Amino acid sequence: MKTIEKEPLFHVIKRSDVSIGKSFLFRAIAIILGLIFACLVLLVITGANPFVVIQQLFAGCFGTPRRFWTMFRKLSLLLLVGLALIPAFKMKFWNLGGNGQILMGALTTACCMHFLGNEGFPNWAIILIMIPSSILVSVIWAVIPAIFKAFFNTNESLFTLMLNYVAEGIVAVFLSGIFKSPTGSIGIISTGHLPAIGSSSFVGRNDLLSIIVAFVLLGIVFAYLRYAKHGYELEVVGESQNTARYIGINVKGVVIRTMVLSGVICGIVGILLAGSINHSISTATPENMGFTAIMVAWLAKFNPLSMVATAFIITFFSRGMAQVQKYYEITNDSATYIFLGIIYFFIIGVEFFISYRVVFKDCKFIRWCNKVNKSISKAFAPVGVFFTNLKNKIIKVFVKEGK
Amino acid sequence: MEVQMNNKNVKIRLENITKTFGKVIANSNVSFDIYEGEILSLLGENGSGKTTLMNMLSGIYYPDSGKIYVDGEHVNIASPRDAYNYHIGMIHQHFKLVDVFTSLENIVLGIKDKKMAKAKYAREKVKEICDKYGFIIDLNKHVYEMSVSEKQTLEIIKVLYRGADILILDEPTAVLTPSEINTLFAILKNMRNDGKSIIIITHKLNEVMEISNRVAVLRKGEYIGTVSTSETDEKKLTEMMVGQKIELNINRSLPNNPKPRLIVEHLTAKNKYGLNSIEDISFTANTGEILGIAGISGSGQREILESIAGLVKLETGTITYITPKTHEEVNLRNKTPMQIRELGVRLSFVPEDRLGMGLVGNMDITDNMMLRSYQKGKPIFVDRHTPEELANKTIQDLEVVTPSVHTAVRKLSGGNVQKVLVGREIASSPKVLMAAYPVRGLDINSSYTIYNLLNKQKERGAAVIFVGEDLDVLLALSDRILVIGEGKVRGIVDARTTTKEEVGLLMTHSNINKEGE
Amino acid sequence: MIFFTTILPSAITIAMVFLFGCTGETIMEKAGHLNLGLPGIMCFGTFGGCFGISLVMEIFKSNPDNASYILLILAGIIGASIFGALGGLIYAFLTVSLKCNQNVTGLALTTFGGGFADYLMTKVNSDYFSQASKIIRAHLEFGDSFFGIVGNIFLGQGLLVYVALILAIATSIVLKYTHVGLSLRSVGENPATADAAGINTTTYKYSAILIGSAIAGIGGVFYVMGFVGGTFENSATIQAFGWLALALVIFTVWKPDLAILGSIIFGILFLLPRYLVGISFITMKLLNLLPYIVTIIVLIVTSIIGKRSVQPPSSLGVSYFREER
Repeated sequence: MKTIEKEPLFHVIKRSDVSIGKSFLFRAIAIILGLIFACLVLLVITGANPFVVIQQLFAGCFGTPRRFWTMFRKLSLLLLVGLALIPAFKMKFWNLGGNGQILMGALTTACCMHFLGNEGFPNWAIILIMIPSSILVSVIWAVIPAIFKAFFNTNESLFTLMLNYVAEGIVAVFLSGIFKSPTGSIGIISTGHLPAIGSSSFVGRNDLLSIIVAFVLLGIVFAYLRYAKHGYELEVVGESQNTARYIGINVKGVVIRTMVLSGVICGIVGILLAGSINHSISTATPENMGFTAIMVAWLAKFNPLSMVATAFIITFFSRGMAQVQKYYEITNDSATYIFLGIIYFFIIGVEFFISYRVVFKDCKFIRWCNKVNKSISKAFAPVGVFFTNLKNKIIKVFVKEGK
Repeated sequence: MEVQMNNKNVKIRLENITKTFGKVIANSNVSFDIYEGEILSLLGENGSGKTTLMNMLSGIYYPDSGKIYVDGEHVNIASPRDAYNYHIGMIHQHFKLVDVFTSLENIVLGIKDKKMAKAKYAREKVKEICDKYGFIIDLNKHVYEMSVSEKQTLEIIKVLYRGADILILDEPTAVLTPSEINTLFAILKNMRNDGKSIIIITHKLNEVMEISNRVAVLRKGEYIGTVSTSETDEKKLTEMMVGQKIELNINRSLPNNPKPRLIVEHLTAKNKYGLNSIEDISFTANTGEILGIAGISGSGQREILESIAGLVKLETGTITYITPKTHEEVNLRNKTPMQIRELGVRLSFVPEDRLGMGLVGNMDITDNMMLRSYQKGKPIFVDRHTPEELANKTIQDLEVVTPSVHTAVRKLSGGNVQKVLVGREIASSPKVLMAAYPVRGLDINSSYTIYNLLNKQKERGAAVIFVGEDLDVLLALSDRILVIGEGKVRGIVDARTTTKEEVGLLMTHSNINKEGE
Repeated sequence: MIFFTTILPSAITIAMVFLFGCTGETIMEKAGHLNLGLPGIMCFGTFGGCFGISLVMEIFKSNPDNASYILLILAGIIGASIFGALGGLIYAFLTVSLKCNQNVTGLALTTFGGGFADYLMTKVNSDYFSQASKIIRAHLEFGDSFFGIVGNIFLGQGLLVYVALILAIATSIVLKYTHVGLSLRSVGENPATADAAGINTTTYKYSAILIGSAIAGIGGVFYVMGFVGGTFENSATIQAFGWLALALVIFTVWKPDLAILGSIIFGILFLLPRYLVGISFITMKLLNLLPYIVTIIVLIVTSIIGKRSVQPPSSLGVSYFREER
């Protein structure tokens, strides 16, 4: 009897369960590899010294109090957008329309600030009007695709994607036609600013509001998903619509209700962007956070608490790269995007190694690798225990807050 | 003819095949031969590793260890294409057809040979195959317009067109009517006489006896042995399959003072194609009684139960629930499950599709226990303590094997999944309990646990509706049997006095009366 | 009359940017891959094509107005397809081999592609791009003389326009009538079935993504060279076309032959505001929204009708793993 075909070099099998420590280790390795690779690419195309790049990355985020608070604020906003997206994602509703939803909220805020300010309304009145109206507009923007998804099963990812551009177009119409700005930007609106927090000498006074709002909402969304009946219902709908029907959950209602929540949070982001941070509006106001937050939410496996970490990683690199660009006098954001893109590829790719295992043909090298692997796992076991404990502690804290 | 078997060539030899999925051992050290020109039944209970083993022959899975020989040559089957190259074709239980393609497109799909891939050549060749073995097929029909039996025919032709000498059929009769089964068996015998090797995966003993030359038995992933059909009988095979003698005795008490609890009249509902899925269904379910529903699968069993549970929109008909004690009549027609519960109707439903409808696979046992009751208690937030207690109680009472209450249901074995589901449904002490195929895919011990649970509910005074597929079980467990066929009531018989033949006849011979008129 | 002499010819020209992108994306989606990286891939293509053309212009530095037509076209196509496919390769490796989430990977690729093009376009020698563009946009000579206006519209376009049309028609024929097309569609509809039928799903998915990306890449360079006349502002403009091309795939219900008509409609909608005399700025901006709005309407209408032949491929967006239990 002869052997006809060679045994394949490797085949892929699904892992049953990966310990928290190991999956953390994998992700950490991916980020480090991504960082090394991105630095090398930067070295090749711009000649930037990798060590300086890494030093500047940290300088960009922590170098001065100003930079720290900016980083912290951006992290918070990204976290907020992520919080807006995860309830829908858990329901398997692919909301790619974060940008549009934020933009519509920001536009409404800017309109309130501009026109009510011109009418001579006092600041508090403007704020009182702009908050509910901006949220309402964002909610409408988010709910339109949800209604069509619920009743006709219209593809929501493509629908929300298109609505981003419609929203941008509407902002362009307002800028050119209604604010009458030939340049396409209206500059700083002087009325209706949301209050700054802290004394005038405090550098983060304009950032603190966003940060507070983000972490309050983090608690609320976490509790909503983990402990509220609504959260339970949307998870059932996401896992199996048939089961939801079977126990009598109104699936259409849940889909629409959840997108209302997304709309509310996106509206809040819009208000913060236009009313507290930029005091202005342009088509670029959402800073593409609607898309970036998809990455943040997905990497965090739709868990609000892990999202703090993923949002930090992405903010760290994008803020850090802004500093690197300044240092090397690169005028456009291109280097940042190249750098971020590479990091993204690595952290997206590592998910494969967390959920699958590659089994190689038996040979000496593989046996050696397995040995090394085993000893590494042993060495990192305490890390896993540490993170499991940490997770439990955090959950305990939030249990108290949730109730 | 079995005597000649020893002279026949070995077509496939399996040698020490082992396959694991994570910690689960699906096959361990399985070795046996398949001869040329025979029908071999691969017998075993659900979860005994039959399908996994055959998937390794057809290139879906790759064995962890062990060797496969085809015509005496050691081969590596790493993909379905490799399988075809060795003339192995498998007809999967879930048909591998592209819905939006026509029959012809499905047949030529993936064929590399230029001549074979041509539509004109394929048409002629398929006609030849049909004439040779007795198939009937419409090559221009789209798969989404086909019946299950048509799809199966298409699958077999597809495999034959690729020149398969070894055909593997995974539970081919599960979805067929008796007359369709006969047609299929006739075709299989034609193919065997033509020299092809056929492996049938099944757990139905009567079919094994009827069609196969030899039977290979697997139990819990291990190979038990191969016997010639002529030298064995159903009892011996059962012993090989389950490992020990099991008394097929179900205790059945007399109904205790039956009174109407649920009266169903003239139910008619339409399927998504606008045809009647059930038509003019009427029956009464009494307290303290098990009403069996018999019929070929897909005759409207699911629709009847789902319309009572408020999941199917009815065209006509009424569903009346008679409240215990007050004897007040409550109309359940076109109410949502939530509304039914709010009316105070204690109706429990164990659906056919456990992980797709009754439970959420990715949620843990506690969260699954909550499905029925999460609305209760405090507003806004869910209460997880009571469901956790219920989960623990169910695990204890029904002997659910699970690491903890926080294990995702998906990770449990079939029997334990069903115990969780039934445990939840009987926890609310239902007045009406409906169960669709509650023992499908369960081993014998788990099946008996379920039968006992149903009997207990009956003795408690619940009206139990039991949809089953095994007539022996239906006859032994039910008090009355409602027989349906093609969505219509064919008759209601007393389970104590009727015979298997009578029920079988009612189920299958639909048009006798009509033609007689 | 202005419609036929001015708007329609340029609408057809701009339509080809959409058509390249749409044909490429359709091929990928037919293999079951919703590639949101399309805008990024078109950026890759823009750089690749421009790079190729700049190399050719180096040769004709002394007399840039008489550079070789064929060489320029070839350099544009080859450069754009190689770099487009390179972008596609990243996407394919992550989503096919590593089975990563398609939406997330696509968005990452769009981020990366934008930065990539923005950065490298500053390094490309663009001194002679206006001349190169002029040559590339030259009408085929027989066009005008034949049928007057009709000839001007249909035969008076640059060669790349015909490349786009031929690619769209060829894709349509391959998908509809050939064995390869049948196999490709089966991979996107039901990969498990295709796999069981002996089709190498990995090869098909990779090929579809690479070929689709290469075609989409040409769209990027066509915009710079074939429409605007050799100037590259920034990647954002290219990406806007990428998103519109994605919309066009839905608008034309995954049919590249319909996409020819659809792209021209998009082209007209895109250009109309510029030619309408006396309309206000607001109206113009509102008209810019039309392509997106008609796409949304098509999306809604097809979902309401629910006919099988106008639905997206069944396993669009889902990664395939053979041993999935």
